[in-house]
Amino acid sequence: MNPNSWISKIRSWLSLFEQDTQIENLEKKWLYVAGAMIAFFVIILSIGAVVLKVNPPSHWETVDSASLHLGGEFAEDKLGVKPEALDDGTIQVRLVAARYGFYPREIIVPADNKIQFRLASADVLHGAHIPMTNMSTMIVPGHISEVTTVFPKPGEYPLLCNEYCGMGHDHMWSKVTVLSQDDWAKTGGKQP
Amino acid sequence: MIDTNTKRLALFNFWIAFGSFALASVFGMYQVLERSGLLSFIQSPAVYFASVSTHGVLMAFVLTTFFIMGFGYYTATTSLKMPIWNPTLAWAGYAISLTGVVLAAIPLLLGKASVLYTFYPPIQANAFFYIGATLLVVGSWFWTAIMIVMSHRWKKAHPGATIPLPMFATTVNAYLWAWTSVGVALESVFQLLPWVLGLNDTIDVGLARTLFAWTLHPIVYFWLIPAYIALYAYVPVAAGGKLYSDKLARVAFLMILVFGLPIGFHHLYMDPEQGIIAKFWHMVGTFAVALPTLLTGFTVIASLEMAGRKRGGKGLFGWLGSLPWDNTMVLAAILSLLMLVLGGFGGIVNASYAMNAMVHNTAWVSGHFHLIFAGTVVTMYLALGYHLWPKLCGKKLFSNDLALTQLWTWFVGMAIMTTPWHVLGLLGQPRRISAVHYNSLLTLAWHPYELLMILGGLVLLGSAGLFVYILFKTQTAGAMEASSVEDASIQSAPPVSNWLNNFVPWNLVILALMMLSYGWPILQFFVLKTYNPTAWGY
Repeated sequence: MNPNSWISKIRSWLSLFEQDTQIENLEKKWLYVAGAMIAFFVIILSIGAVVLKVNPPSHWETVDSASLHLGGEFAEDKLGVKPEALDDGTIQVRLVAARYGFYPREIIVPADNKIQFRLASADVLHGAHIPMTNMSTMIVPGHISEVTTVFPKPGEYPLLCNEYCGMGHDHMWSKVTVLSQDDWAKTGGKQP
Repeated sequence: MIDTNTKRLALFNFWIAFGSFALASVFGMYQVLERSGLLSFIQSPAVYFASVSTHGVLMAFVLTTFFIMGFGYYTATTSLKMPIWNPTLAWAGYAISLTGVVLAAIPLLLGKASVLYTFYPPIQANAFFYIGATLLVVGSWFWTAIMIVMSHRWKKAHPGATIPLPMFATTVNAYLWAWTSVGVALESVFQLLPWVLGLNDTIDVGLARTLFAWTLHPIVYFWLIPAYIALYAYVPVAAGGKLYSDKLARVAFLMILVFGLPIGFHHLYMDPEQGIIAKFWHMVGTFAVALPTLLTGFTVIASLEMAGRKRGGKGLFGWLGSLPWDNTMVLAAILSLLMLVLGGFGGIVNASYAMNAMVHNTAWVSGHFHLIFAGTVVTMYLALGYHLWPKLCGKKLFSNDLALTQLWTWFVGMAIMTTPWHVLGLLGQPRRISAVHYNSLLTLAWHPYELLMILGGLVLLGSAGLFVYILFKTQTAGAMEASSVEDASIQSAPPVSNWLNNFVPWNLVILALMMLSYGWPILQFFVLKTYNPTAWGY
């Protein structure tokens, strides 16, 4: 086929496309309104993601779920709230999710301080959620989940498993106590 | 132009769909009762999780797939005015899908496949569950092929003519399903089946979740498109008017096809195995796909307004009152759109990337998809049932008043049930528990809402039963009526350009978008080192 016929073919397609865009005024207005609404949402979320760094937990780091107990950071003696804070003051918490609990079963953390959770599953899929907060992540066997948050309000919170993991799923939860900065300093971060 | 064989084909598909719907409603009723903890003697996680798995499979896979197949055959023959291409193939697809359903139902009902309808490896179900689910999809591909061939043949026989809107949308749905089902088919053939049959000891859970997410979002558009066909093609005529814009309708269907596919990761926002960039990209697409729904709302409401004014409605809202509220199709459209507005609002929250952390996997999500799916989509399926049964059986509808009552109760029941779920979700209740056992102060606040949802479940079960009763009575005891040969809802289509009458360019766009959205996210599991778990029971 010679190039001229191609060009004329494309031209006729484009002119037909122009016909398609000739729609009623009212429809056009609504298209603009709908488009603007969606652009508004995406812009707000982009500002959150890029400027404020508010992103869902995403973290490629793999681990052999079958041998967590044999050593490494998810060995039993390494679990729970890490005694020394990280360089930037973040307090690190390591938990193993296994049917049916998050281990250790009780932890105490300070309010108004960055808390970084690192979680691994010893068996199947689990989900971790502390209600009324944005501490939430899926825990996929073979992967380490990492989520960082700040708890503004002291109190006792349940840490619930929110992904079906077997017949005992209803019973899978642990306790998280959030202490005010003062109480945290008084107890010296002592764990139960 | 609908012959006896096609009528039978449509009815056989519809009965499997609506039979499953009624059965699944019974399971649903049991679930709200069990979960509330009101009657301690029916408490049983084993029965609950078997029930919730069956309810999900029946509602999301069986009701939808069989309804869509039956409706597709009806739409193709009536709007193209040509017989089914290769009816033997259509019956073969029906038989394969039905075999799949039976094979999957046995382990489900025996409690040997309590893995919920989203599969959840590394928890492993009985092999027949996966084989059955795969066969259900394979059977539906026969339908996909028939729809695509028919619309292609019609275009060849009518050069330059525009495919009638209902068939255009059905063809969009066939392409959409072809693309959508690839994800779960890959998961099934290369991961689940070799693993459950003992060929592989381990399974890459991250990859399985990624492939399932590929299917999990666009599948809801596969379910939604028949509802939109009703809104665009049947509702304006039933209201006594006409469609406001045929062209905009086509644009909306194509947008759903293109934007609906590459956005599955909003189901994986909280997962560790996908990165921020991929999640962000899928988030943008998720918002883009709201556009065709906003267009649909506009066009359908504009069509209703024109009809209302034609019937003498005056003033800003007067046209609403003069609509024929006693017409099942019109009533269903109004109730369906109402639930779409509420459910759509919840959807914006879920799509919002970071805000989703507050509600992920909580009862909020069950509330959201019951509003959109069981509310918006199923309400239109019900109205289509009332519309099509007289045409397919040649009988008058058993009772229009009962049908109106049924639609109202479905709406009211859904409102009563999903409102407490939204509240419970905000209070942090996980969606997939069988009962509340947490010994925590916070969870005490859940109790009143647990009781309210029982009431919703009761109303819905009654409504579902009434629906099946009306269809059954219409078919067996309805007064004979000369079946109208033509469906008045099929309007002749105005000329449009090739862009809106041809699927090749759009499939190419989808191919590019899918490579962009799923290329690396899938490839990473083969490039990077992963540790794959073995199978677990439950």
